[in-house]
Amino acid sequence: MNIFDILGPVMIGPSSSHTAGAVKLGYVARRLLGTEPIAAKIYLHGSFADTGRGHGTDRAVVAGILGMKEDDERIPFSYEIAAEKGFHFSMENIQLPGAHPNTVIMELTDAAGRRIEVQGSSIGGSRIMINKIDQAEVECTAEYPTLIIHNKDLPGCVAEVTSVLAAKKINIATMRLFRGKRGTQAVMIIEIDEAIEKEVIDKLEMIFGIMKVTYIPGM
Amino acid sequence: MAYRSLQEIIEFCEQENKAFWEAILEDDVSERGGAKADSVGKMQTMWQAMRDAGENYDGNLRSKSNLSGGDGAKMQEYSAAGGTIGGEFMAEVIAEALKTGESNACMKKIVAAPTAGACGVLPAVLLPMYRRGVSEEKIIEALYVAAGIGQVIAARAFISGAAGGCQAEVGSASSMAAGALVHLRGGSHKQILHAVAMAMKMLLGLVCDPVAGLVEVPCIKRNVGGAVNAIAAADMALAGIESVIPADEVIDAMKEVGMNMAPAYRETARGGLARTKTGRKITAGMKW
Repeated sequence: MNIFDILGPVMIGPSSSHTAGAVKLGYVARRLLGTEPIAAKIYLHGSFADTGRGHGTDRAVVAGILGMKEDDERIPFSYEIAAEKGFHFSMENIQLPGAHPNTVIMELTDAAGRRIEVQGSSIGGSRIMINKIDQAEVECTAEYPTLIIHNKDLPGCVAEVTSVLAAKKINIATMRLFRGKRGTQAVMIIEIDEAIEKEVIDKLEMIFGIMKVTYIPGM
Repeated sequence: MAYRSLQEIIEFCEQENKAFWEAILEDDVSERGGAKADSVGKMQTMWQAMRDAGENYDGNLRSKSNLSGGDGAKMQEYSAAGGTIGGEFMAEVIAEALKTGESNACMKKIVAAPTAGACGVLPAVLLPMYRRGVSEEKIIEALYVAAGIGQVIAARAFISGAAGGCQAEVGSASSMAAGALVHLRGGSHKQILHAVAMAMKMLLGLVCDPVAGLVEVPCIKRNVGGAVNAIAAADMALAGIESVIPADEVIDAMKEVGMNMAPAYRETARGGLARTKTGRKITAGMKW
């Protein structure tokens, strides 16, 4: 662990896993939607469901979805801020067999009716793991700048993507591929060393078979 | 590459004729890239946030569970009236630990050090030293010492209550604080390690048994224990008292104890204080 994982983060209490991690999960879900969410259905599992209210997990997840980071002093007031913004949400407990004890499912919707479902866990300290995006299994910590690329499960997509990155001299730190059923939708999770520019994302979006490119700057 | 033993750090320091904190700073720069000034700037941000947490404390705040709040203010009033048993300095340490711990429980801004649950320990020992004239520069150095110690503990053992009990959280924070204090007083590299070893030894076996699973009871007061313990360990090390068991081996022992700790004592709220009659009554009364 880096020294600033030991001394840090600066965060709103009381719990790095149940509060700071929960904010991050909401924030990453928002980034994955890519637009301003107007509504959300939130499901808390395990320890998040059992002790989450006392840890402010509920308010933290909403704060993250509204775009706040883990050190934002408005986190305790996220419900009121949501009401002011006209952001509607529901929160329920859920049982997810086999899931990490600190897991949340967030279904976000924007004004255009676009929807995304994100399942993620707070895995210790304030570190998180995104487990599923729109039902597709993924594994993404969002610690480094990360590209999440949804594509049709077609030959050549991966090569096209890596060649765009290579042409821009972007070094790939890690890369993983996930897909649901054969021939349907696949997801590439690419962690890179340094932040990338919008131009690269635009280029990636133009590749045949690419459905959506999401970029999360490292947290 | 992060250090895996404290012995390795002080051997490097002796070979290269560097201070403990410099070794940690240089390692951070080589790991994350960027300039030394960036790393130091980030550490200054951490220190500022610790100071702010102390200054922004509000004795009227209560946590959502209504279990915590106001004790830091009580301690300050008691100390101001004079006649504390442990003297003014110790009273201030106790008050600061309570204040930061309570602020954390009340969803205020704190610095996880190494965790949110143990966030009160380092500020509790550093703020009173700072108020007594220790320079900010020296405090920043001490924070590097603390971070380096915590990094080795995280690499060799663990720093979360869920993994290793409270010894891993408050025990680690206390060891970090003890090492930081020895640095502030100009102790040697070896004295830093002895302080770490003694602080951890004195808290070895401490369980994590939070009532209702919340970071409140007994976490806030355990921050006091960690801070006071750090001062005792640092003073002993500065007096020339040595730990018979070397620091790295004490950390390994902490890991072994944590691995053998029943799950009931690792943040599950199924044992210890959480399972007392009162603890269970509080848990049953929580209406979320």
